[in-house]
Amino acid sequence: MSPAAPVLQVQALKKHFAVTQGVIWTKVLGWVKAVDGISFSVPQGETLAIVGESGCGKTTTAKLILRLEEPTEGQVLVDGLNIHTLKGTELKEYRTIVQAVFQDPWSSLSPRMRVRDIVAEPIIINGKLSSQEIKARVAETLERVGLRPQQAALYPHEFSGGQRQRIAVASALVSDPKLIILDEPVSALDVSIRAQIMNLLVDLQQDLRVSYVLIAHHLATTRYMAHEVAVMYLGKIVERAKTKELFKNPLHPYTKALFSAALPAHPDIVREEIVLQGEVPSPINPPSGCRFHPRCPFAMPRCAQEEPKDQDMAPGHMVACHLY
Amino acid sequence: MGTITVPGLPWYSPPRVAHALKQARRYPLIPIFILTFFLVIPAVFAPQVAPYDPLKGSLSKRLKAPAWQEGGSIAYPLGTDKMGRDILSRMIYGARVSLAVSLVAIVVGGLIGTTLGLMSGYFGGRVDALLMRLVDISLSLPTILLALVLVAAVGPSFWTVITVLVVLLWARYARLVRGETLSIKERDFIARARVAGASHTRIMTRYLLPNVVNSLIVLATLQVGYVILLESALSFLGAGLPRPTPAWGLMVADGRELIVTAWWVSMFPGLAIMLTVLALNLLGDWLRDHLDPKLRNV
Repeated sequence: MSPAAPVLQVQALKKHFAVTQGVIWTKVLGWVKAVDGISFSVPQGETLAIVGESGCGKTTTAKLILRLEEPTEGQVLVDGLNIHTLKGTELKEYRTIVQAVFQDPWSSLSPRMRVRDIVAEPIIINGKLSSQEIKARVAETLERVGLRPQQAALYPHEFSGGQRQRIAVASALVSDPKLIILDEPVSALDVSIRAQIMNLLVDLQQDLRVSYVLIAHHLATTRYMAHEVAVMYLGKIVERAKTKELFKNPLHPYTKALFSAALPAHPDIVREEIVLQGEVPSPINPPSGCRFHPRCPFAMPRCAQEEPKDQDMAPGHMVACHLY
Repeated sequence: MGTITVPGLPWYSPPRVAHALKQARRYPLIPIFILTFFLVIPAVFAPQVAPYDPLKGSLSKRLKAPAWQEGGSIAYPLGTDKMGRDILSRMIYGARVSLAVSLVAIVVGGLIGTTLGLMSGYFGGRVDALLMRLVDISLSLPTILLALVLVAAVGPSFWTVITVLVVLLWARYARLVRGETLSIKERDFIARARVAGASHTRIMTRYLLPNVVNSLIVLATLQVGYVILLESALSFLGAGLPRPTPAWGLMVADGRELIVTAWWVSMFPGLAIMLTVLALNLLGDWLRDHLDPKLRNV
């Protein structure tokens, strides 16, 4: 298979939130640098996972790609078009190309809408299909995610968590998107249901050649679903590599710490254990130099002064650390 | 410590009263029954139900006592007022007036309040700050003064009363809806609607509104009683509906100076107001408990 053109390109993306006081006469007290200059791209039919602790900016990144937030700097290109400058029909088109599945299926489905209305919403808004076509498309999509078309007339509260997430997936699929943002798609589900939903998502990707951006903090999920993994820390990507490569050979101290925090599959496995000290620093005043240096077990004097540059250690393995 | 016990007071039995009220709260059938009987049926079928014309009286039959009192006759079961008009008929037409006024005021006030509340909660920021100050102002307006000023300016009429009531009512809806909107808009289904490309109007009407409707129904029911009371107070003060409209408040006002000689003129409409408001409050409480337990303190 020839290398597919990237569906999504993120270029030097920044999002700084103003911390303000007052409502009518606002005063800016500082800036939260939630996302601070990240770049990556996702080819067609592949999954990029963004992992990191809470507060590292992964959800903001998802919101920027979904155009729920406007970037401070940089751009997001979907199919080569800057999504934040789209208008009119192009914007309408973009709203069908990019869809999302959110973490909590209990809050992501309106309790007052029937399943068929929830699932059909993107194609109803797009307004290209007749109501007969919409009906057929909804039935087809429900079957695709493992629900019965007859269930379209029910309300969300009549379903279990796993089924609800299937409904959310159906709604994301109905407009035939090229890219789906999965914001922690399985972390709110029972462990027994997780594998089902993950398998469903992987199967759908193979059938439909859809790309995913997977936002996760659970490493097993990432390993199972992603082709490539980007590790984020305080608004920056510190390491990015193919999944196999990253899990075999993590380079950045933060990535190592993250992996060592996850339980191994077998209790007897000997592993390097890195326990991080302290909390994630506030993104309002991020540490100078390398943002990870106050918690890094390998920190050198240089780390506090100089910001590390992105380096390619192997083809497709990027790391931002002074150790290399 | 000695407690004083008064033995053998036959009429004193609070537990039974309390129990009855508790039962009435639990089963809405009683309030609904009282309500339909005293308000809805007479209001809808007034011309068929009322024995006399509410506006025409004959001075020869003025101030007749109710049927069971000396000097009363079965022809005028609740007596007549000082113009010789049948009190029962006037009360029946009065139910129609009360219902019309409160429904129109609540629908108009509710529409305005809900729209502004949705916008305030959804857009937030300056729109929200501005609208909520307006709500504060509206809630701090002195009811009676506002009514008197308006009546002095444009004269008493149905629409003056409606205007006064709407000005007083919309703010509660706005505040309630804004609060609910603030919590609902953070939920993921709103983000999903935006990802699907829904416009602001679509999000407000298709996503936010259906999720606040329960609270709105409860508030509206609780407010019918309040509005009837308010309308009666306005009419009593002469700032409400113009005479000779058979409004309950006006009837109470008319009987005011006759309270010693002809108690029935003001007593029966007063009772009607009390029973209706009580029934509506019980119904509202029941609805609140069943539709929206979050609203315990509204």
